[in-house]
Amino acid sequence: MTSVFEYAPAPESRSIVDIAPSYGLFVDGEFVDGSGEPMTTVNPATEEVLTEVATGTTADVDRAVRAARKAFEKTWGPMRPADRGKYLFRIARLLQERAREFAVLESLDNGKPIRESRDVDVPLAAAHFFYHAGWADKLDWAGLGPGPKPLGVAGQVIPWNFPLLMLAWKVAPALATGNTVVLKPAETTPLTALLFAEVCRQADLPPGVVNIVTGAGDTGRAVVEHDDVDKVAFTGSTDVGRQIARTVAGTRKKLTLELGGKAANIVFDDAPIDQAVEGIVQGIFFNQGHVCCAGSRLLVQESIHDEVIASLQRRIGTLRVGDPLDKNTDIGAINSAEQLARIRELSDIGEAEGAQRWQPACELPDRGYWFPPTVFTDVSPAHRIARDEVFGPVLSVLTFRTPDEAVAKANNTTYGLSAGIWSEKGSRILKIANQLRAGVVWANTFNKFDPTSPFGGYKQSGYGREGGRHGLAAYLEGADQ
Amino acid sequence: MTHVIDPDALSGATPAVRAPLAPYDDVTRSGASLRTFLHGLPGVDQVGAEARVAQLGTRSIKTTSKAWAIDTAISMVDLTTLEGADTPGKVRSLAAKARQPDPSDPTTPRVAAVCVYGDLAGVAREALGDSGIHVAAVATAFPSGRASRAVKLADVRDAVENGADEIDMVIDRGAFLAGRYLDVYEEIVAVKETCGEAHLKVILETGELVTLDNVRRASWIAMLAGGDFIKTSTGKVSPAATLPVSLVMLEAARDFRAATGRQVGFKPAGGIRTTKDAIKHLVLINETAGPDWLDPDWFRFGASSLLNDLLLQRQKLRTGHYSGPDYVTVD
Repeated sequence: MTSVFEYAPAPESRSIVDIAPSYGLFVDGEFVDGSGEPMTTVNPATEEVLTEVATGTTADVDRAVRAARKAFEKTWGPMRPADRGKYLFRIARLLQERAREFAVLESLDNGKPIRESRDVDVPLAAAHFFYHAGWADKLDWAGLGPGPKPLGVAGQVIPWNFPLLMLAWKVAPALATGNTVVLKPAETTPLTALLFAEVCRQADLPPGVVNIVTGAGDTGRAVVEHDDVDKVAFTGSTDVGRQIARTVAGTRKKLTLELGGKAANIVFDDAPIDQAVEGIVQGIFFNQGHVCCAGSRLLVQESIHDEVIASLQRRIGTLRVGDPLDKNTDIGAINSAEQLARIRELSDIGEAEGAQRWQPACELPDRGYWFPPTVFTDVSPAHRIARDEVFGPVLSVLTFRTPDEAVAKANNTTYGLSAGIWSEKGSRILKIANQLRAGVVWANTFNKFDPTSPFGGYKQSGYGREGGRHGLAAYLEGADQ
Repeated sequence: MTHVIDPDALSGATPAVRAPLAPYDDVTRSGASLRTFLHGLPGVDQVGAEARVAQLGTRSIKTTSKAWAIDTAISMVDLTTLEGADTPGKVRSLAAKARQPDPSDPTTPRVAAVCVYGDLAGVAREALGDSGIHVAAVATAFPSGRASRAVKLADVRDAVENGADEIDMVIDRGAFLAGRYLDVYEEIVAVKETCGEAHLKVILETGELVTLDNVRRASWIAMLAGGDFIKTSTGKVSPAATLPVSLVMLEAARDFRAATGRQVGFKPAGGIRTTKDAIKHLVLINETAGPDWLDPDWFRFGASSLLNDLLLQRQKLRTGHYSGPDYVTVD
């Protein structure tokens, strides 16, 4: 009998997934060798090498685009929309059937806690396929113009923070609208995309409809630059987004970008404080803060600052950091050594600028990439940690005195992806929400996603919308959003 | 420099420089001031509270921590019989079970208390002898609380004289819902005085208060009035103890200690029947109010059928297989 409640380790078994010693590219319905130098992918929680993955060169990308073009012209494009819907439903059900396998693999490759891959990533990915399957034969009634037509071949490049979910956000609407895809997963997290390729085969999806080309930046560039790609969709950093916009400018290609963010989470003095503290935690520490819409700037009304900070400090002391496969882990590993270095650098800058850094006394594993949940108080809007996207479990706390000041500070960013408002007063929520320049505004909650709800940003957070009826427009000829 | 957060400094356990209740000593000066205070407490967002308990419900409790949790939960049970058909014989057999919950394993911990109607408190006291197990009696016109104050206080006096050292009172929900908060407060103060040495558990009957905002306000009234425990339900009204209600009451107890330095216990009662439910509550305490409350002095389960499920799970851990209901005693 121990004196206090120590949860015993509750690790999820990794034996449910078979990781092959090496993986090829998925082109035209087959796994083929890549012509580039293979790369390795590691488990960020242990630095253990998981497997070797092919690198796609320009020639490989060309092969994939040609396969996608052929499938678009011969099978997928001419297919009855209702039949396309059937394939999407089949994929959605397979994702559910193999949910545990996907969750374990995602946690191994990405470092995120199994609680989140199991309860958020995989169910939401399946939900996106279900939702878009429903649209496949109803596009004429989507309010996007009469008889909307697919664009053709979509080149899609996705990030490492939600590898499977971002794949679903990209692939499901593209297929539902009749396009075929060439998708490049992030170099540090390719494994669930390759498992998804297996699901495509299991669903008997016609060859070439979904092609997956693994690799790093060069492979992504080849996808974006390919002449026969009609549509480019990218989620990732603002810097890369800018390069892509330059590349695509002046071509016929349609482009959507979903980039960085520095969201304001505004807590008014009449907020439900206990739930607001949960929302702050969910806003910034969900997925180790590797969330483009993370609530990384807390704007708290000065009159309740001390109370909220005390509650927040107590709360982050209860967060459990460690083995991602332990079902009780709240915060897993940072995805890569590079990202960890960036988080450390920005945090050190925060201190150098005079902000106060608060961290719980948690023990971090010896191996792997780890960063404890961190809160900076006494942050001013002029500090870099209040302006730059950290993309890690680091929260900056600022204060305000009036609603106008809250809005001014919230909008004072080069980004505009999301925001949060905490108040018990409905009229205030509605008024403030209309004044915020952010694609998503959550009220009394944070980081909630749903396939029916459009998602996207203002300013340097990109353009275009994903999800909902609006998301379909990005993959249809002549459809205005 | 990096500030490492010190959990002890945040617990609020040592603001002893202030006199007890110092920040709130004039809150109860009038009905209006009490009302203003209660309505100034932070609101509770129902959706958020439900999401939080759902998230805590996914904590996975295995092997050693499960063994600890089961034994701790057993030691926190207020073994209860509150039926019109209760007899001295039934109370005596319950007392025997309280002393030795599992005859097949003498290492099983004893429960915290036996909870009965006031007229049977004497029987329970005698049967429990010097075992150290408390006798809790429900009083104040339990479960409805619909009687004059004089009758309620007489009920309390009677139970204490019969040997109860813990009194479970019900608040006047009618007065609360009508907004007469000061009446509710004064009645609890009067009952507490009448209790003398006995510990007072204040039952809010949260199923009748309905909203979580009401639950928080009623919790504060009970704590300001000097209740030693706040308790969710009588067990006679559904819904009884739900996890969101427990979350809000634990938050209230935590905030009250941080502000006044005084710790108040918490007792969910009614509807907690399985080991799984009990462990979810232990997780909730651990991560809401903190481990200081993980002790029979500060936390109780009001339950009648929970104990047998805990015993069956305990036997399972010991023997490796599940046994049937005949391997534990009926009462």
